[in-house]
Amino acid sequence: MTPASAEPRSELATLLFGRLSLDSIPYQEPIIVVTFLVAALAGISVLTWITRARAWGWLWRDWFCSIDHKKIGVMYMVLGFVMLLRGFADAIMMRAQQAMAFGDSAGYLPPHHYDQIFTAHGVIMIFFVAMPFVTGLMNYIVPLQIGARDVAFPFLNNFSFWMTTAGAALVMASLFIGEFATTGWLAFPPLSGADYSPGVGVDYYIWALQIAGVGTLLSGVNLIVTIVKMRAPGMSLMKMPVFTWTALCTNVLIVAAFPVLTAVLLLLGLDRTVGTNFFTNDFGGNPMMYVNMIWIWGHPEVYILILPLFGVFSEVVSTFAGKRLFGYTSMVYATVVITILSYLVWLHHFFTMGSGASVNSFFGITTMIISIPTGAKLFNWLFTMYRGRIRFELPMLWMMGFMFTFVVGGMTGVLLAVPPADFVLHNSLFLIAHFHNVIIGGVVFGVFAAISYWYPKVFGYKLDVFWGKASFWCWQIGFLFAFMPLYVLGLMGVTRRVSHFEDTSLQPFFIVAAFGAVLIGCGILASLIQFYVSYQRREQLRDVSGDPWDGRTLEWATASPPPDYNFAFTPRVHDIDAWWDMKRGGYVRPTSGFIAIHMPRGTSAGIILAGISAVLGFALIWHIWWLAVSGFAGLVGFAIFHTFNLNRDFHIPADEVTRVEDARTRALAATGA
Amino acid sequence: MRLASTASLILMASLLSGCNLVTLNASGDVARQQGDLIVVSTVLMLLIVVPVMILTGWFAWHYRASNKRATYAPDWHHSTQLELVIWSAPLLIIIALGAVTWISTHTLDPFRKLDRLDAARSVPADVKPLKVQVVALDWKWLFIYPDYGIATVNEMAAPVDVPIEFQLTASTVMNTFYVPTLAGMIYTMPAMETRLHAVINKAGDYEGLSAHYSGAGFSDMRFRFKGMDGAAFDQWVAQVREAPAELNRDEYLKLERPSAKEAARHYGRVVEGLYDAALNLCVDTTKMCMRDMMAIDARGGLGLANVYNVARLSHDAERRRGQDVARPDSYVTSLCTVPPDAYMSPVDPPSYGRVRLAP
Repeated sequence: MTPASAEPRSELATLLFGRLSLDSIPYQEPIIVVTFLVAALAGISVLTWITRARAWGWLWRDWFCSIDHKKIGVMYMVLGFVMLLRGFADAIMMRAQQAMAFGDSAGYLPPHHYDQIFTAHGVIMIFFVAMPFVTGLMNYIVPLQIGARDVAFPFLNNFSFWMTTAGAALVMASLFIGEFATTGWLAFPPLSGADYSPGVGVDYYIWALQIAGVGTLLSGVNLIVTIVKMRAPGMSLMKMPVFTWTALCTNVLIVAAFPVLTAVLLLLGLDRTVGTNFFTNDFGGNPMMYVNMIWIWGHPEVYILILPLFGVFSEVVSTFAGKRLFGYTSMVYATVVITILSYLVWLHHFFTMGSGASVNSFFGITTMIISIPTGAKLFNWLFTMYRGRIRFELPMLWMMGFMFTFVVGGMTGVLLAVPPADFVLHNSLFLIAHFHNVIIGGVVFGVFAAISYWYPKVFGYKLDVFWGKASFWCWQIGFLFAFMPLYVLGLMGVTRRVSHFEDTSLQPFFIVAAFGAVLIGCGILASLIQFYVSYQRREQLRDVSGDPWDGRTLEWATASPPPDYNFAFTPRVHDIDAWWDMKRGGYVRPTSGFIAIHMPRGTSAGIILAGISAVLGFALIWHIWWLAVSGFAGLVGFAIFHTFNLNRDFHIPADEVTRVEDARTRALAATGA
Repeated sequence: MRLASTASLILMASLLSGCNLVTLNASGDVARQQGDLIVVSTVLMLLIVVPVMILTGWFAWHYRASNKRATYAPDWHHSTQLELVIWSAPLLIIIALGAVTWISTHTLDPFRKLDRLDAARSVPADVKPLKVQVVALDWKWLFIYPDYGIATVNEMAAPVDVPIEFQLTASTVMNTFYVPTLAGMIYTMPAMETRLHAVINKAGDYEGLSAHYSGAGFSDMRFRFKGMDGAAFDQWVAQVREAPAELNRDEYLKLERPSAKEAARHYGRVVEGLYDAALNLCVDTTKMCMRDMMAIDARGGLGLANVYNVARLSHDAERRRGQDVARPDSYVTSLCTVPPDAYMSPVDPPSYGRVRLAP
């Protein structure tokens, strides 16, 4: 971004606004202006709609200030979807640029814009799409699966969500105020240092991730404690549902890995803001230290993303095969082994940075070893299908898509773990194809499987099958079109992050890939239509039983949507697949004798603290020091003030519980159940 | 699913017929071995991937809910024999692949001297390897031939069947040196040195590039890599030698300033020790070399007196991108500001004012 005015800024302007000036607003770039207009229009229409529906009070009280894990889970999913649209817009712009920019044509994006887009795409998809999806699922499902009424620290949960949202808001703000980083999604120094990236882009990156990272870390602590301390009586660790197991392992990974990210970004922030030399070329700085540290977080991160989805697939396959999961114990041990091994492989992300042969082979072989428990998981799913009665409902379709796609991604992953092969494929489009293969085939397909599986639990009606199938096939075929050409291009020696090519013979591949991206876009659109159509047809798709798939775990034991208190009586667990066991044992739903239930009370503290954090982040990005100091003081002050709020819980009276449960009894009777 | 995969197979086949998979069909022995390794590893893994895919398809079809003749065993969930197979089958593959990995990582280590020219010939005892020093500049490639005293930009030549020894570094940020047909990638990093050993077996004009994003001019940071037979290479060297330009320190400092899409350029002479100075961030003679600073530090440092070296050690600030204005003083540098008339030698005088040095 070149400043248009050459006049030096007045001391007062610098004092008041730091680096921020009117020139920071990229109004000369038509693409951004149009994006802004569209976003503003959409934003205004949503706000108007809420206002006209007089929904602000309801939204604020029942959702924003809610500390109900179910509502927070839903809000995480909404955040993930909104950010998916942004991240996908970045993707389609990159695909369009690469399909056009050959020979004399420079495409429609100058490097400065293109470089921001690929950085933002990676950051958004990992931190603000995949993470909210995964956290949202765990938030909603884990307490239900273990028979709990909420998470261990309900307020912290609300606060975590809003911190993640504040981080996302800062990334979105960078689109219209200033710029985003042009460094790639991990911002390796020295390129991301103050001298080679002097603008605000990397500062947006650092502070967005720091703020969101607080949320992620706290939600990790929260869910670990929830799983360890709040399981229903009888549910020993080896009777926990597999999804809860994977959630436990993921949150252990979060708690162990995210502080490393926080530390390394803090050091980079100090380098940029205060002028220290942790990662500079001169004064003894060591950029390799950054590369090591960021990957010590970065590799566990990919398992943080995929493990819960492995759990989802385990639940889906045993439910729709109508059969107990094959090899529960080996599934659990495989998960734990992956959790531990994921800390011993980080160097495979930079075999090409000149580590010795023995170091490279060590990390190559540890990486391959991870494929053993992962392979065991695949076989376990396979043998769960064996001698089952498989119903190909939507979640099972995504599961099948995953099985076929993920083995290919796993195979190319092991290939990349062979150091000499990695020398050829590292930073190539083969690598890009590989990680999209596992992230789309694993995480995205898993999230869609989970959404279609648990949607009836959350909203009380199933999702429309036609649009669900449309979405599935668009994603599946779109993925093949978008990424198979990239595998080939990688083998042709074509590398990543390039905004312009000389060799016009490559163009057909990129056009095919762009077509694939359009198909994936159709998939996203189809799932949005699916939500709308399903809402319209909700009476036809209604499920009163609370157990539409003949489920196996405790979340299916309660109503859909579950009441605020989840379970009127805490269930007792005797076996794996507790609900299946209860159904077989002739379980009769209690219809009387309800007692008052102790519940946490909603609070606005989370959203306020996160709001102050966002302002603080903005001030630090733009060097508005008075605002940063007052923001920090406000943050600490308000946190202390909140500790004096003793009005944190209440009891749902027995009458109210009876009323809710009686309504369910009548509804069940009406369907003849 | 089947329709999709068939369609994509047909598509792949038609696309593949028209393209050159350079990484699997390389002209340099190192890249060729790496390409072979890709094929071997893939085949090894297909041994387990293909059965899994077939079983997945078969089980999904056979045990569909509408097939009432298929056995249904809702409580069958354990089999020790099966568990043994599903853990040991991947284990066996990984043991095989791990052995391949250990051996190939050591034989194809870029830091290791070559011992063969190709599958049939080992390196003759009398052959003198070609030394090339590579500096990744913003956004172009500098090649220094120390044995010939010449240098080129964005063009490199090497004689066929002669081992090449690369020493690589960078001027400001990380890049990756990559000639797909020659050998795998290796990072070039400022103030650090990596090495690469490779050989080109077939004459030709090939592409080289940076494979790690390094800023605005990155996409066009490409060079020609020319494999030549001995006589043609000698001729090329003679031609470069005739170029009037000399690459001295001043010229280097001009050359290293950011620029993109540079045409190939020849330097008939190169000042002695330039690569070493670039590696040590001291091409600018007013700077102290990293090597010297590290030597001082290794002997215990100079304590507070080192404050006087601060200006002589700065490197990044003078290469600040995108903005003409100098970087605003940060807290640390304002604490350590050097008076312009300060005595700057680190070694000679035993004391600086009140700061006394240990003997």
